Amino acid sequence: MITVYVPRDTTACALGADAVAEAIKAEAAKRNLALNLVRNGSRGLFWLETLVEVATDKGRVAYGPVNAADVSALFDAGFLEGKDGHLALGLTEEIPYLKNQQRINFARAGIIDPLSVDDYTAHGGYAGLTRALAMQPQAIVDEVKESGLRGRGGAAFPAGIKWQTVHDTPPQQKYIVCNADEGDSGTFADRLLMEADPLQLIEGMTIAGLAVGATQGYIYLRSEYPKAHAVLQAALANAYAAGYLGDNIAGSGKHFDLEVRLGAGAYICGEETSLLDSLEGKRGMVRAKPPLPAIVGLFGQPTVINNVLTLASVSSIFEKGAAHYKSLGVGRSTGTLPMQLAGNIKRGGIVELAFGSTLRSLLEDFGDGTLSGKAIKAVQVGGPLGAYLPESALDISLDYESFAAASAMLGHGGVVVFDDSADMLEQARFAMEFCVVESCGKCTPCRVGSTRGVEVIDKIRAGEQRDDNLILLEDLCETMEFGSLCAMGGLTPFPVRSAIKHFPEDFGG
Amino acid sequence: MSPASDNPAIDTIIDRLKDLPGALLPILHEIQHTVGYVPAESVPSIATALSLSRAEVHGVISFYHHFHSEPMGQHTVQICRAEACQAVGARELEQHATRKLSTELGCTTADGTVSLEPVYCLGNCACGPSVQIGDEVHARVTPERFDTLISGLEKKQ
Ligand SMILES: Cc1cc2nc3c(=O)[nH]c(=O)nc-3n(C[C@H](O)[C@H](O)[C@H](O)COP(=O)(O)O)c2cc1C
Ligand code: SF4
Ligand code: FES
Repeated sequence: MITVYVPRDTTACALGADAVAEAIKAEAAKRNLALNLVRNGSRGLFWLETLVEVATDKGRVAYGPVNAADVSALFDAGFLEGKDGHLALGLTEEIPYLKNQQRINFARAGIIDPLSVDDYTAHGGYAGLTRALAMQPQAIVDEVKESGLRGRGGAAFPAGIKWQTVHDTPPQQKYIVCNADEGDSGTFADRLLMEADPLQLIEGMTIAGLAVGATQGYIYLRSEYPKAHAVLQAALANAYAAGYLGDNIAGSGKHFDLEVRLGAGAYICGEETSLLDSLEGKRGMVRAKPPLPAIVGLFGQPTVINNVLTLASVSSIFEKGAAHYKSLGVGRSTGTLPMQLAGNIKRGGIVELAFGSTLRSLLEDFGDGTLSGKAIKAVQVGGPLGAYLPESALDISLDYESFAAASAMLGHGGVVVFDDSADMLEQARFAMEFCVVESCGKCTPCRVGSTRGVEVIDKIRAGEQRDDNLILLEDLCETMEFGSLCAMGGLTPFPVRSAIKHFPEDFGG
Repeated sequence: MSPASDNPAIDTIIDRLKDLPGALLPILHEIQHTVGYVPAESVPSIATALSLSRAEVHGVISFYHHFHSEPMGQHTVQICRAEACQAVGARELEQHATRKLSTELGCTTADGTVSLEPVYCLGNCACGPSVQIGDEVHARVTPERFDTLISGLEKKQ
């Protein structure tokens, strides 16, 4: 029987994938054709969604972007035999946007049925866990250290060192917590991974449990992701049913339980200590460090807390070995980073590359310029706390060190493009406004400074004592940067200052 | 025993979830999912079941943007206000939506049909502006498409 794939991913569905799937079923019934319709995750080529694929002898053939209204024409053109014609894109794997990537985290995305443990294992899944089960906990931690894996949630802290700390605490109830709060605008890699290949995350967390001696894990998922929630719940149930979770993992006698918990619409709960408070059922207030969560974490117990991509990467590190992982990337930025092309971009989606390519290549070779066709004015990398870069800075190398050197942040890899109609004063104002809305309220520089920041920017816009108010704004930025407990207040000055520095004309200069 | 909240559905939820570690958020989610919001009368029962003060429970409800202590409109329409959507017209969409529905963000239309809520990113940032209605995300929402989506809701009355 012919197999047809229609993504079930949030963006694909937001562009009509459910209607396309229904139309394909209806059209097949009308024509008396039997077909096997699989709802895969997405390949992450969102500019081509709904991307319909058909399995043929030569490989999968892609059609897109497909609307429900195109479906009958697709049948007429012989798409079930993979024929050329209406919306045909040829072999999926040959689409340059996909072919030119170096996919590790997203190698299976869109290929497998995200809920199927069999599909997952047939594509290399659980090979890493099998290897880890035969290793001593310290050897597992060593392998993660050896890989050079750094946290993908923003701060890029070496994962192995964090794991070592938890490993070294005396045996007691320990926890693995996955930070799936993905609050940064312009980021969707965590979401896509959870919707397209959730078992990769589940496997990575299980390995983390073995490494540090934790028997319970929680995935803290933002409530804005209902589809990811449904996929994760179903994938967890299937992993339990297949014996990959519970008190006898893959027949090893080892124990690991895993549960999903929902956030409730607070950006600050992506900050790890605030997240832990939230998981404990409290308001998400940031905790002072030390103590580190690795020592006093969830419910006061030693806790590994890592981002979705960090934990997911662990499964491929164990599948292919630390040396393979480390062979990708540059310097201390090892492996791959899934960049997310968003905002005013013609070809938005996931572009997973080894560290070290350039932002310009990403925007031009993959993104193909702005959606509006106008010139790029500014690019914000690394989420709402990341700096705005002007066109002239786009040759920057995509690695942690280069971004730090440019007072910018690679963070979670979100890239938001603005065309020349953007008003950078508005963007600076929004950075402050966002901080007002999302501050946990614990420290005055963050809570009050951001409110004052909005007011001062409004005055600058109104032309009131511009020079004095710009000085005042810089003072506020300094107070926030140095007087805030966490990066919410501490980094909000970065988008603000970069907007003023690179686009003075938007501030009446 | 927890004091009854006058709503058996709420009491069942509290009873079922109260022994989870960190039970408060799961309970609030389940109540809001079932009732549509977190009624004030549920606070004392939650507080008792979890050995918290009412003020603590109330503090948690008000901290999170997702929880509502007042009934919502029949449909919740969330407009993404974050940067990636701004870059493709979310500010204009927001203005259009508030004009069209004659209401502000965070408010419900006079006829109780629609609660218009701000949201900061729905993970659909490659294809904004993004709007979520109920659990469904919509991509590339122009003002025209917004009107079509809203008239679809009004027809569902
Ligand atoms: C305001 C703020 C928001 C954050 N949001 C997230 C988030 O949504 N997802 C995430 O993984 N990390 C987020 N972080 C980073 C976490 O605090 C923490 O560094 C991360 O969970 C550690 O995991 P990693 O080492 O694997 O990156 C945020 C930090 C701050 C200060
Ligand atoms: S900087 Fe802001 S968000 Fe962070 S702890 Fe202080 S008040 Fe809370
Ligand atoms: S910024 Fe609007 S969906 Fe992400």
